[in-house]
Amino acid sequence: MKILVCISKAPDTTSKIAFTDGGSKFDENGVQYIVNPYDEWYALVRALELKEAGGGNVTILSVGGADYEPIIRKALAIGADDAVRIDAAESDSLFVAKQIAAYAKDQAFDIIFCGKETINYNGSVVPGMVAELLDLPLISLAVKLTVNGNTATVEREVVGGEEVIEVATPFVVSAAKGMAEQRIPNMRGIMAARTKPLTVVPAASAEASTAVKNYTLPPAKSGCKYIDAENAGSLIQLLHEEAKAI
Amino acid sequence: MSVLIYAENHNGKFPKSALEAVSYGADVAAMLGTEAIAITCGTIAGDGGLGNAGASKVLTAAVNGTSDSQQMSKLVLAAAAQTGANVIIFSHDVAGKMIAPRVAARLDAGLVPGATALPSADFVVRKNVFSGKAIAEVAMLTANKVITVLPNSLGVKNTGTTAATEAFTADLGAARITVKEVKTENKDGEIPLPEAELVVSAGRGMKGPEHWGPIEELAKILGATTACSRPVADIGWRPHHEHVGQTGVTIRPNLYIAVGISGAIQHLAGVNGSKTIVVINKDPEAPFFKAADYGIVGDAFEVLPKIIEAAKAFKASH
Ligand SMILES: Cc1cc2nc3c(=O)[nH]c(=O)nc-3n(C[C@H](O)[C@H](O)[C@H](O)COP(=O)(O)OP(=O)(O)OC[C@H]3O[C@@H](n4cnc5c(N)ncnc54)[C@H](O)[C@@H]3O)c2cc1C
Ligand SMILES: Nc1ncnc2c1ncn2[C@@H]1O[C@H](COP(=O)(O)O)[C@@H](O)[C@H]1O
Repeated sequence: MKILVCISKAPDTTSKIAFTDGGSKFDENGVQYIVNPYDEWYALVRALELKEAGGGNVTILSVGGADYEPIIRKALAIGADDAVRIDAAESDSLFVAKQIAAYAKDQAFDIIFCGKETINYNGSVVPGMVAELLDLPLISLAVKLTVNGNTATVEREVVGGEEVIEVATPFVVSAAKGMAEQRIPNMRGIMAARTKPLTVVPAASAEASTAVKNYTLPPAKSGCKYIDAENAGSLIQLLHEEAKAI
Repeated sequence: MSVLIYAENHNGKFPKSALEAVSYGADVAAMLGTEAIAITCGTIAGDGGLGNAGASKVLTAAVNGTSDSQQMSKLVLAAAAQTGANVIIFSHDVAGKMIAPRVAARLDAGLVPGATALPSADFVVRKNVFSGKAIAEVAMLTANKVITVLPNSLGVKNTGTTAATEAFTADLGAARITVKEVKTENKDGEIPLPEAELVVSAGRGMKGPEHWGPIEELAKILGATTACSRPVADIGWRPHHEHVGQTGVTIRPNLYIAVGISGAIQHLAGVNGSKTIVVINKDPEAPFFKAADYGIVGDAFEVLPKIIEAAKAFKASH
């Protein structure tokens, strides 16, 4: 199996979210970057499990600047074989998808794994765009995936439950919780990652289709109104009359 | 020029998220001085209420909605070509996340996923980013535009009119995926979490699955859907589809009642868009109180029976 895993970087979940330059830029001061959790815990680990069971190769692909390298090394330390970084600022989803598609087009990957969404942009769109640009089936929000020869059986989230699908390789899949269990890289993996190949390729030419103009923080809550536990039943009246929630 | 809205129905019935997308599309069409045309699959009665939500025409495709994103995007693209649509609207739901990116890539269109407000005159669209911790204003730079609308963010119109319906056919090509089985875990009549307006949720503070009775009872009285924190789903006290938060379902109901949940940042990421948040926790220092509108410091097992009594009395008189 020849597998590609698309990996995005995201600020650590405990990062303070703030903006500079009049709200136009994310304030990176003191922010620790991690591998986007869906890409790492679910997409990458499942890809590695498939390789361990059936042989093959797992390649990491990121679209981003040189600041991506520590998180790419982390993915290699978890067990991927090699990595490619497409050297471009990740300006918008369609731009990123075009870069991924341009790279993957002639590589005959059996499966292209993505995460369900990035935790900073919350798009959930790059995998579908990649699938369309490569004319491949997309299995979105997958929670289980097994492979038998050229056929994969995938469980995906649908409204109120799950659906079991069969699809032939090649295809694109976006991974959600349930696909695999998080793996912590060990010392050997970290050492090995240092010498694994990381190729930097130039970006394909493409225009941005959207641009973030400005960021703001949501309005702060006006403060919590406390209700005495003895008098807890009065909550219902407040929810009806004051909050108009019921 | 027109605005096309993909509206998904479930056995002929349109969920609120679909009506919200249609209403959004109607407002965009009004802004552009054009028509809002909806497309849906399968059989619906009359216009299915889409006219009331703002559609001026409803195209009904004589195919069942499929899980094959390529077939569905072919359908939407054919409808867009026929109606001359250059703005295409979806709900940011399972179907929208699967079809909209394909349509955008095919049309070389900018896509704003999860819009929470109508576009400005120059098509700047607001969306939540950083898992709800910030808001971005995103400019759409292309002639063709695709927007998915975050459920429970904007209202549903009530125009009092009916839309004309028109049968629509398109060549969808062969399916490349096969659906083997559909497992729905929802109990009869329960509203799925992403669509629920009222949610009662509980965490590890409930001590064990055998103590969920009052949570389920309160939810039933209020007509709410139940949810839970991640550890509770991980240890198997509750089904996985109830898990809300950064790694679970993201919700923005009108009311979120959190019982025995500490309010870790990863939990808040999935629920902080809720309009009213009630926190019940025995620890006054629990971080969740900072995000709460109403707080009760107390033991859930003493507090819940009082709330249940009051809720019963309220329902009996309203
Ligand atoms: C990367 C990452 C992603 C994560 N994603 C998610 C996610 O999507 N969703 C999620 O929920 N978590 C997520 N978590 C876990 C999260 O950090 C917390 O550990 C989790 O939310 C805690 O669950 P809890 O509040 O139920 O349990 P606890 O933290 O154990 O809190 C239990 C609470 O119940 C209270 N309590 C105890 N007894 C009673 C009583 N009798 N009456 C009233 N209150 C009582 C306690 O005071 C306490 O505040 C994630 C963690 C990481 C690192
Ligand atoms: N810059 C990037 N490089 C590689 N993969 C990416 C990048 N951005 C997004 N992806 C992939 O696309 C998925 C969905 O991203 P998004 O549509 O931004 O929510 C992520 O989970 C990644 O797998």
